[in-house]
Amino acid sequence: MSDGVVSKVSVLRKALTGAQAAAEVMRQVEPDVVAAYPITPQTPIVQEFAQFVADGIVNTEMIQVESEHSALSAVVGAAMSGARAMTATSSQGLALMWEIVAIASSMRLPIVMNIVNRAISAPLNIHCDHSDAMAIRDLGWIMLFSENPQEVYHNNIVAFKIGEHPDVFLPVAVNQDGFITSHCVEAVDVFEDSFVKNFVGEYKAPYNILDFDNPISAGEWAMPSHYFEFRVDMKKAMDRSVGVIEKVFEEFYKETGVKMDFFEAYKTEDAEIVFVVMNSTAGTVRYVVDKLREKGKKVGVIKVRVYRPFVVEKFLELISSAKFIAVMDRALSIGTTGSPLYQDITSGLFANKRNVLVNDYIYGLGGRDFTDDDAYEMYKHAEYSLKEGISGQIVYVGLNPNLLGR
Amino acid sequence: MLKVDKEIVSFSINPGGYAKGGTSLENKTGGWRSFRPVLNKEKCVNCMICWLNCPDDSIVVKDGQMLGFDYDYCKGCSLCSNVCPTKAISMVPEV
Repeated sequence: MSDGVVSKVSVLRKALTGAQAAAEVMRQVEPDVVAAYPITPQTPIVQEFAQFVADGIVNTEMIQVESEHSALSAVVGAAMSGARAMTATSSQGLALMWEIVAIASSMRLPIVMNIVNRAISAPLNIHCDHSDAMAIRDLGWIMLFSENPQEVYHNNIVAFKIGEHPDVFLPVAVNQDGFITSHCVEAVDVFEDSFVKNFVGEYKAPYNILDFDNPISAGEWAMPSHYFEFRVDMKKAMDRSVGVIEKVFEEFYKETGVKMDFFEAYKTEDAEIVFVVMNSTAGTVRYVVDKLREKGKKVGVIKVRVYRPFVVEKFLELISSAKFIAVMDRALSIGTTGSPLYQDITSGLFANKRNVLVNDYIYGLGGRDFTDDDAYEMYKHAEYSLKEGISGQIVYVGLNPNLLGR
Repeated sequence: MLKVDKEIVSFSINPGGYAKGGTSLENKTGGWRSFRPVLNKEKCVNCMICWLNCPDDSIVVKDGQMLGFDYDYCKGCSLCSNVCPTKAISMVPEV
């Protein structure tokens, strides 16, 4: 990961879960306000941070609220008042927040929210998939995805710098896989506190309703004469965020030696079959790619780190040799031709006149294990599809057909 | 059909739509009106009950005289017409 650049920053290696890694950044950044409501598997983030508050390690106003709707509402109110504010949630909590999720972004409040990805009810399920995050993908939040606790830590640091940039002023959601990442202890290189504080910098709010010398009103109402322009204005901010993210990643690399990118490619240079994957499953797929490479198979994998903005041009640069794209979706869009990641990629391929075969591989819903054997089965299906010229298929990996009705 | 008044699309957007204080005069809201109040000055006794009741400060008054309505902001709620003791205000459909 360090790629030869010697970090100027001193690093302490800690054993942390993904949840603790998120709480660690919260401790180091010390936001003005945190409001949250417990929900599995997010709970340990805020639990850990509440301990920091209780121990007097951070001087953050911690607001305990009665629901996630209230949690994000309190955070929005704090952010409107010029405070750096954070929250965290999962699944049903995010679903309950949804109304305010849209308000936070359209009011252009650079809130950082950790989402620990979990399936959406019903049936009730506390385990990992990406259905919760995918339901907010079009609402104007920048969305970062994390393979492991280390990436949770890095993504949380850059999240402030990206969202709070005056060209952007948009909230950022940092995603990690429920339990798989959030509750699994790994070695995490934690930077010295002063570096994180300096890198993130002092918070400059987009506006402040408590600035009595410059009175404003916010949370406005807009007629048909104005509303359209507000949405386009937000879209333009998201477009500008691409350049800001590039700069922040570059600066982060120069300071720490840690490389981040919108899409992180592994062995794709000459690959004919390319997997596309998000979050923790990337590790499993990379392992299988290595095994397949040993057998001489031309196969690679692209991990999506920045899902919103989804910069398809950057993706296309990485698949110049590809004949078949195996998109892996850990969410199932019901009532259309493919799931979210598949839709983003296929529309980009079509619009850019890139002729390549694509299947959508649905896996891991509700925490269903995705093993190296599953990845190998998926590869065999992709290889067969490439040979037979099959494209546009939705394939369920690890599905038990005996449990299905008609 | 809602008529969109081109005049009111005149100031640029702040991020998130916050507005500076005291700027509501710039935002003319009379375009919503579907009925307009019309004054019959012969019946008017300048009692100022309409002025007291108008929620939008749209009754134009000078030197104790009721002069008419500020149609830039009047939304046609009919309150003035309803409270007028001499029935001097009638509501006429906007075309």
